[in-house]
Amino acid sequence: MTDQGYTAAKAEHPAYEGDTIWTEQEPLIDRIPRWLAMTGLMVLILGIWFGLTATGLVSPIILPGPGETWDDIVFVGRNMVTGGYVLEAMWTTSRTVLYAFAQATTLGFSLGVLVGETKFGERAVMPYLVAIDTMPKVAFAPLFIAWLGFGISSKVALATFIATFPIVVSTAAGLYAASENERMLFKSIGATRMQTLLRLKLPTGLPYFFTGLKIAAVGVMAGAITGEFLGGGEGVGALIRVSASQLNTPRVFSLIIYLSFLGLALFLMVVWLERTLVFWRKSDKPSGMG
Amino acid sequence: MSQVVKMDSRREGPAVTRPVYQIERMSKSFGAFRALQGVNLTLNKGEFGAVIGSSGCGKSTLLKIMAGLMPPSSGRVVLAGKPVLGPRRDIGMMFQQATLLPWKTTLENVLLPIEIRDGKGAARAAAGRARDLLELVGIGRAEKVYPGELSGGMAQRASICRMLISEPEVLLLDEPFSALDELTRDFMNMELQRICLERHATAFLVTHSIPEAVILADRIYIMQANPGHVAEIVDIDLPRPRNLDMINTPKFGEIVHYIREKLGQEAFGT
Repeated sequence: MTDQGYTAAKAEHPAYEGDTIWTEQEPLIDRIPRWLAMTGLMVLILGIWFGLTATGLVSPIILPGPGETWDDIVFVGRNMVTGGYVLEAMWTTSRTVLYAFAQATTLGFSLGVLVGETKFGERAVMPYLVAIDTMPKVAFAPLFIAWLGFGISSKVALATFIATFPIVVSTAAGLYAASENERMLFKSIGATRMQTLLRLKLPTGLPYFFTGLKIAAVGVMAGAITGEFLGGGEGVGALIRVSASQLNTPRVFSLIIYLSFLGLALFLMVVWLERTLVFWRKSDKPSGMG
Repeated sequence: MSQVVKMDSRREGPAVTRPVYQIERMSKSFGAFRALQGVNLTLNKGEFGAVIGSSGCGKSTLLKIMAGLMPPSSGRVVLAGKPVLGPRRDIGMMFQQATLLPWKTTLENVLLPIEIRDGKGAARAAAGRARDLLELVGIGRAEKVYPGELSGGMAQRASICRMLISEPEVLLLDEPFSALDELTRDFMNMELQRICLERHATAFLVTHSIPEAVILADRIYIMQANPGHVAEIVDIDLPRPRNLDMINTPKFGEIVHYIREKLGQEAFGT
């Protein structure tokens, strides 16, 4: 601040005495670290839960207390560590989910390339895919059971059926993602259609493809468990249904928790693969993760 | 100074009159719409041509036809004695955006045309040449860097190298620096001039900017729309190498003024 500036400011605002020290107040909620906020919310929910059950406001058959549920989580955990029937059910469901995910990825990617790269796919195949996609796909479960029996294949089929569509759509969208300039560049350097697909459109579309995979990872879990609810068999879905019919609510909770680990593992696998393959986008946060 | 010698050789050498690119009576229609009509244009070896005109005057169509990305409806389009019937190795092209592939390093991006045309083996063999080009444009140290880490100006330098790697007969420049900020753009234009003089390159620039066309070009084609045609050809006799100080000379101002009048006549229908 020059002397003239000071004099001028002083003349206009008599209280002015020089250096301005001014700090912006950050709202309180922004100053709470994330871990603390998350823990706080957890404590709050557990508190309400405990309150509702300990006071007898909610019957333990409908909602068991946190303690009771924790005990069952530990019990089921022990069962799995010692190779009990829950581990077998978990293994069955895992296989279902992995088979379905692999199938949906292969099928979805192939159909996506067909739809995104060929006029035939875009004009003839896509309308049917859109039509089928709008149907409630879970409603097909009885058909898959009738066709494929009560074994693992009917569940794999249902889960595949549910998870394929998001991959088709995202793969096709990815193939459209290359810019006009990039297409012109490839044309001007004499690239064939196959070269343009492999060297430009597919790599450009990879992030889109992975978005589809993340939706599919959630979809196969839902499909597999629904299949097991409806078609019996040996998976975790069947265990949940049996526990529910026996009013063993804590068991239902603990099975759901272990299932969510399976879903999370699949999801994280996709995220890891995306980060490895789409390395040039490393500055971006993975979409869909909190 | 050596630069003066270069300028003279450009003007007086026997190569000066050799036509590299020739367009005669060329027209292009899209259905009933006549985008270009009766365009005649000759680029001699080592000449820097520029086309200027408002949006929709057909200058982008002209460039696409010159690049072999689009067939003309009628007329002759001949590069190095052979009609242009599609994209060619001896045509180098540069776009508004650098258009580098983000999953390839700078060096790999420069080698892309070789990789696409001749395979990975040929690209490896040309790596030395690509490094020399990166040195020429002053980003030799960035060869292993991915485009995400390059500034706009550096990325366009890399795309200059990609255009030069197949040693084209003609360079087609589609508003190459229009996405850059003005300071960088001026600087890059001077770099472009240096590279063209050093390599004795034949170049053709499409631009919206009158000063850019005047500072770079030996000959400016003023285009007008409905249908797109060359309304006037202006020869720029400013000495080479040109520098940014020339922008402030009365002569430069006169040329810019003249071209602006010509373009304005169309815009205001006077």
